[in-house]
Amino acid sequence: MIERDLAAIWVYLSTTPLLGLTITLVTYSLAHQLYIYAHSNPLLNPVLTSVLALFILLVLTGTSYETYFEGGQFVHFLLGPATVALAIPLYQQCSKLRKLFLPVAITVISGALIGAFSSIGIARFLGASLQTQLSLAPKSVTAPVAMGISEQIGGLPSLTAVLVVLTGIIGAIIGSKLFELMRIKDDSVKGIAMGISAHGIGTARAFQVSSEMGAFSALGMALSAFATAVILPWLLNFLDMLN
Amino acid sequence: MNFLNGITLLLIYQLAGEISVLLLRIPVPGPVLGMIMLFITLVWRGRSSTSLDSASTALLSHLSLLFVPAGVGMMVHFDRIINEWLPISIALILSTIITMAATVAIMLASRHVLAKKVKKDD
Repeated sequence: MIERDLAAIWVYLSTTPLLGLTITLVTYSLAHQLYIYAHSNPLLNPVLTSVLALFILLVLTGTSYETYFEGGQFVHFLLGPATVALAIPLYQQCSKLRKLFLPVAITVISGALIGAFSSIGIARFLGASLQTQLSLAPKSVTAPVAMGISEQIGGLPSLTAVLVVLTGIIGAIIGSKLFELMRIKDDSVKGIAMGISAHGIGTARAFQVSSEMGAFSALGMALSAFATAVILPWLLNFLDMLN
Repeated sequence: MNFLNGITLLLIYQLAGEISVLLLRIPVPGPVLGMIMLFITLVWRGRSSTSLDSASTALLSHLSLLFVPAGVGMMVHFDRIINEWLPISIALILSTIITMAATVAIMLASRHVLAKKVKKDD
């Protein structure tokens, strides 16, 4: 009897967005607590652990991604206003930014190209399909922008979204170690590199280090999204004509 | 009320960005243009506001959470990811390390060169 009631409740809940939204928030807050509890161990990055936990949960309950996303979209939607909100930390670092304008511009443009072509090159060398290569190209750019670029150049936007998230997680995990190895102490340099290579997830990690690193990461992310969106489709088109 | 005013303003700028992108046919996503527009407004006004500050702090302190639903999308592409796991994972890891190390090096080098040039000009 109780089992039948539970089944009825499940049927009802699985058709409303409430469940998808709630499990996203609950999973994330648990993942975040685990991360804090493990003294911010980068391997337990809360995006990584919550994505894996939700993935397992959805597979075990036989729920489709579309059903989950009916609730998940409310969280996903906030990426838009959050992108706009990056203008505020950027503005707060304005005076420092003015002094560094030219080096930042040079770094952003070369970084955007290196990010795109190194991933295409490595994937091609290792025999990935063309569609996978093209979906990988905008991987260092923030998700909403990367999906647009991917569509434009002939990749799969939803695959790009996943690769973007994975790139961000990798960047957040290796960033601090790499900067330590390279003996970089300047938060503005670290921030720019983080934002260009690991977009929003790297930026979230950078804000945990210092607000200066976070602001510069936001700057690197915003400018490289802009640069990649403008240059990459045009350049790939041009290279295609040469072949 | 502060938070509500702030988030409303952010949405207005996002909307303005989306509309401009559609009208002007610029190949840039709306939120990015909205951010640039808000940044220009702040520079022009010379100050931020408490409502904007509170909304942006609230959104940005939980930025990681906002990527979770997109990340779960990997289940849709599970077959492709399994089939091509080696090139995908090596490309992601190596390319991220290369990009990060290269941007640090380029940033330091260009800042160094330009600082020298400024000194010479003085």
